[in-house]
Amino acid sequence: MNLTRGMRRLAALSSLIGMTVLLSGCMDKFYVLDPKGPVGRHQLDLIIISTLLCLVVIVPVLILTFVFAWKYRNRKDSKAAYQPEWEHSTKLEMTWWGIPILIIIILAVITASYTYKLEPSKPLEHPAKPITIQVTSLDWKWFFIYPEQGIATVNYIQFPADVPVKFELTSDAPMNSFWIPQLGGQIYTMSGMAMNLNLIADKPGTYFGTAANFSGKDFGKMTFDAIATTQAEFDKWVQTVKQSAPPLTQDGYDKLAEPGTMGTQDYSSVPEGLFEKIVTKYTGPNGHQHVHKVEENLPVNQDGGGEAPESSAHHHH
Amino acid sequence: MLDQIKEFASGFFVTGDPLIYGADVAIAMTMIAVVSVLTYFKKWTWLWREWLTTVDHKRIGIMYVIASLLMLFRGGVDALLMRLQLAVPNNDFLTPEHYNAIFTTHGVIMILFMAMPLMFGLFNLVVPLQIGARDVAFPFLNSLSFWLFFFGAMLFNVSFVIGGSPDAGWLSYPPLSGKAFSPGVGQDFYIWGIQISGIGSLATGINFVVTILKMRAPGMKLFKMPMFTWSVLSSSLTILLAFPILTVTIALLFIDRYFGAHFFTLDGGGNPMMYINLIWMWGHPEVYIVVLPAFGIFSEIVATFSRKRLFGYASMVFALMSIAVFSFTTWAHHFFTMGSGADVNAFFAITTMAIAIPTGVKVFNWLFTMYRGRISFPTPMMWTMGFIPCFIVGGMTGVMLSVAPADFQFHNSYFLIAHFHQVLIGGVAFGYFAGLYYWWPKVFGFKLNEKIGKWAFWLWNIGFYVCFMPQYALGLMGMTRRMSTYGWDRGWWELNLTSTIGGFLMGIGFLFQVWQILHSIKFMEKDTTGDPWDARTLEWSIPSPAPHYNFATIPVVDSKDAWWEEKQRLVQGEAPKPKPPLEPIHMPKNSGIPFIMGFCWFVAGFGLVFDWLWMAIPGLLGVAGCMLAHSFNYNTDYYIPVDEIKATEAAARRSV
Repeated sequence: MNLTRGMRRLAALSSLIGMTVLLSGCMDKFYVLDPKGPVGRHQLDLIIISTLLCLVVIVPVLILTFVFAWKYRNRKDSKAAYQPEWEHSTKLEMTWWGIPILIIIILAVITASYTYKLEPSKPLEHPAKPITIQVTSLDWKWFFIYPEQGIATVNYIQFPADVPVKFELTSDAPMNSFWIPQLGGQIYTMSGMAMNLNLIADKPGTYFGTAANFSGKDFGKMTFDAIATTQAEFDKWVQTVKQSAPPLTQDGYDKLAEPGTMGTQDYSSVPEGLFEKIVTKYTGPNGHQHVHKVEENLPVNQDGGGEAPESSAHHHH
Repeated sequence: MLDQIKEFASGFFVTGDPLIYGADVAIAMTMIAVVSVLTYFKKWTWLWREWLTTVDHKRIGIMYVIASLLMLFRGGVDALLMRLQLAVPNNDFLTPEHYNAIFTTHGVIMILFMAMPLMFGLFNLVVPLQIGARDVAFPFLNSLSFWLFFFGAMLFNVSFVIGGSPDAGWLSYPPLSGKAFSPGVGQDFYIWGIQISGIGSLATGINFVVTILKMRAPGMKLFKMPMFTWSVLSSSLTILLAFPILTVTIALLFIDRYFGAHFFTLDGGGNPMMYINLIWMWGHPEVYIVVLPAFGIFSEIVATFSRKRLFGYASMVFALMSIAVFSFTTWAHHFFTMGSGADVNAFFAITTMAIAIPTGVKVFNWLFTMYRGRISFPTPMMWTMGFIPCFIVGGMTGVMLSVAPADFQFHNSYFLIAHFHQVLIGGVAFGYFAGLYYWWPKVFGFKLNEKIGKWAFWLWNIGFYVCFMPQYALGLMGMTRRMSTYGWDRGWWELNLTSTIGGFLMGIGFLFQVWQILHSIKFMEKDTTGDPWDARTLEWSIPSPAPHYNFATIPVVDSKDAWWEEKQRLVQGEAPKPKPPLEPIHMPKNSGIPFIMGFCWFVAGFGLVFDWLWMAIPGLLGVAGCMLAHSFNYNTDYYIPVDEIKATEAAARRSV
């Protein structure tokens, strides 16, 4: 009787999985499973490895559950063994303490090594020189500064494919999280500090980007496109923005930072040191600790201009 | 004057949403109905004497269960509203503000005002009976705990119609929850609702640690305790260490909001990361606090319905206790993406994975309790069988999330949502349902209808998978939690619609459970045996419902499954153990102080929420007055005479 129930349940489950696949149509919407850059690819490897390692335990347990429930079900003519007093077996218990311990050790070693390898603040190994994009999460929009190009955008980014992108991230609003699933995992944006995230897009394409940490009313509208193009197209785009877009003033930024939503926007220039100003703006007279953190860890260009020193642009805690 | 009143009322009451007006009407009508029924049947004195002032753990347990089922209804309605909003793209069924409030209250209510009190209800209903005690160690404190929970929960729920609900997420991260970004009173309702009930939770933790350590029947050594009692001990010890962290964290948030301090603000040297660490130092142990007793429940049920001893008792105990310890070492896995660096992330990844080991061992021990047993499948066992596959799949996705670099792709996505609902529904809710079905006949003296119960079981189970399996997929598709709406272009709506259907299946399952309870109250036969499942532990050795002194004579225990062994001896023709002569039983007296004190806390909390000191100060004075009154009250106990015990036992057809 139980088996029929079990079967009914299995049938329900498998039809569900079938429905899931059918309904969702093409796999390319499964961004995490369809990475377009090395970081996302390594993360997918890790997802697959951890899934398989877990299945080593999970599958036998699932099978045993159904087998035991069926075989030892109570019925009058049951021929199955019945040992009501049997309550301990050192050998068996050693087995099921031992196997999970072993699997977790394997997974722990793999995880630890990947944790160091994929530390988001670590620059990626790549022959091309990285491009820097400074990300600020606002209520409820994304603001991007290109310090090397001197331009800025809102709610979309464009960058060359096959070139490392170094994101420096902060927030001028409640904390958020910056996530482009097809390129790699997310990182929090928090005010008073600059986080680092290094990603690469293998090929040109438009990738889905989203806010991932709830930040209030219109958080749900904070999605953006991350557009990877060829280097030539990127350079052309920069030129177009410089020539045709309005400049951003400090007043303009203050207005932008006010709570609200908006579409995409380009700016042909940004006030000097704006990003550094955003990062340091909350360090008031009582903010000794923060000042310290900022001085130590930030790519602060207080005298304006110049590139951030690579090694100092790293957020410690 | 009239204008002033109008202006006040429009700020004071939540206005502008037909759903909320509907709720206003429903609340008002329910209150009128309750008051009318109590007055018509002249039940006010009865309510006060028998329930509001009771210090009897069994009645307190029943009140916990009723309150938590009401909260399950409210939290469930929140969930269904969210699922309706997300069922189709670009939906404007709920405004973003309303959606944000609803997911916040859904989380707070389900964890703090549904799971916790249901758990405390089961502690109260079962533990003293299981260890052969006549009440908990501190019956007055027990009643106070309940009323603090009750009034804390009511204060939180009032925000729905008065002042506005909190809307910064169930853990209320600053800076969003700070005064600068959440100037309304919603966050203050959050703070005081949780603070008041949190004191009650801490006191319950203390109460059950002492009860279990000091009040066991003679002969019941620690390693002869039933597994549920062990799980309550591990959970209560965890409460003892975790809840003070919550109280302090929320107090700091209050100081920030009320006195303008800078613990967690953006400016003035505040550090919101500190809050996130602190709240999860409580929050992670909290999920183990609620799941450990569920493990205990399953252990009792599997042994009873397999008609076999629990397999691997010692390693079960070791697993429970090591989970309790490890639960304090994993908090940072809730924010691997905070940029703490590889050292920190690797450490917390590994400690998190390590918890899977004792948890997995428990599953094997349950399976091998079934092995070579004689298993029957009434509803408590069905829920257990529903739990095992659900929980191990949820556990597996938990291990996947613990892999720190991979978590960068799962974090805050629907993959995470699916995971924790799978362990919290599949583990905690299924576990507590199993426990309710199992101990129901002990509490009320009749079983619940099995046929309706099985309908409820299948609706819940199928509904669960239909609701949450698509959410794993949505997470991999980049859908993040707490999005109030999404566009057509994402390809998310089919899965969201499926998920919504699943949510409603679970909702129908809940309705079946309500029907099951009402139907059973009316039609089920009284159980005269006191042991309808042919079970193993002491609570089944006494009549159902248990007389208010529980045990006419305190049993002497010499083995793990004390009642089962006793029954085996009788079957083998041995004479029952001689019982000592009856003696007058020492019992605690009822007290109205816990209820009044809880009410004073409610008044104080409400005053603090609106910054009305004229209300807060009298409320706090009332609290102090209750404490003083109780301190000088020496008339707290009495003896039940032997004749009365004899009469009660005779009525339950027991020989003494």
